[in-house]
Amino acid sequence: MRRLYADLHLCPNLNDPKHVSALINKASELGYRLIAIPLPPNCTDQEKRQIQKLCAEARMDFASRIDLKPRTPNELLSNLRRIRRRFEIVSVLCDSKNVSRQAAKDRRVDLLNFPPTDFRNRFFDMAEAELASNSVATLEIDMQLLLTLEGPTRTRLLSVLRKEAGIAEGFHLPIVLSSGASNEILLRKPVEMAALASLFDLSKESALEAVSKNPVAIVKRNREKLSPQFVAPGIRIVRKGKDC
Amino acid sequence: MKRIKRRYLALAIDSGVVFDSREFMDAVWGAVGKLYGEYGASKSGLTMIDYDAEQGFAVIRVSLVAIDMARAALASMTRIGNKPIAVHVVSVSGTIKALYEKIKQ
Repeated sequence: MRRLYADLHLCPNLNDPKHVSALINKASELGYRLIAIPLPPNCTDQEKRQIQKLCAEARMDFASRIDLKPRTPNELLSNLRRIRRRFEIVSVLCDSKNVSRQAAKDRRVDLLNFPPTDFRNRFFDMAEAELASNSVATLEIDMQLLLTLEGPTRTRLLSVLRKEAGIAEGFHLPIVLSSGASNEILLRKPVEMAALASLFDLSKESALEAVSKNPVAIVKRNREKLSPQFVAPGIRIVRKGKDC
Repeated sequence: MKRIKRRYLALAIDSGVVFDSREFMDAVWGAVGKLYGEYGASKSGLTMIDYDAEQGFAVIRVSLVAIDMARAALASMTRIGNKPIAVHVVSVSGTIKALYEKIKQ
């Protein structure tokens, strides 16, 4: 069966419609069929629809995403309460241990993202992976930095990513590879993303799943949860009326 | 002696700037060298087969054992000199003839 490729982290300048359109078209040209763009918390439905329209023109599906950067676990909980039902994907940038742990065990968090160059504040360890594997969170790895960094910093990043990918695989925690690209030149084909993932010892099959099956599963699961027919996992309304 | 198996890669060069074949190939060697070191790069057997600067198209040859290395290195290229660039693998084949047929399709 043909894979459906997804990039859940495109970062265009939302104030520049031309830039948004160019990035979306490039993603479509490279073979992606589902993309997600982080939106501001106060984003209106009309803005979402505009991006959705651009994606539809490029024959792609669009998922709304929000990136949370809470400073404390309580701030994370209050943010989640406010925005969970407004966005299809919730990503948390975990830059403190308390926030990481809370995000990993909360079933409303989809993606765990760690500060890319602040290696001391990457709290993805075995405890974090175990918590995340018991909830639904997924480890997100942005590939943009692998392309832009050079020298010892890139070496260190590869070393950290190798360790994190190994831990995630050990706990059967899904990994999502995203581009994190803010311009077209940093976008890569899904197969090229998988090739880059080989640099931190992710097998080809796992890497391809990380750009296809895993991100698509997140969006599918959340769309089902956000639909009015959803009651609980595995239970949904199939018919309403007096004859039921 | 064991025959070395090779693969031919058709590449699309995505950049607003035109590079000559030497510049491009040096950048490819540089990218492989940066990621895998001189020892790794020496095993790749990289050779330029065809290059069209205007169309942004190139065909290179790599040894089969180093194809994943080459793919990762090509994907990691973001600039030649100070000019931004992205290199995408369009197609891979075992013979030049089959590669061109694939591209035509």
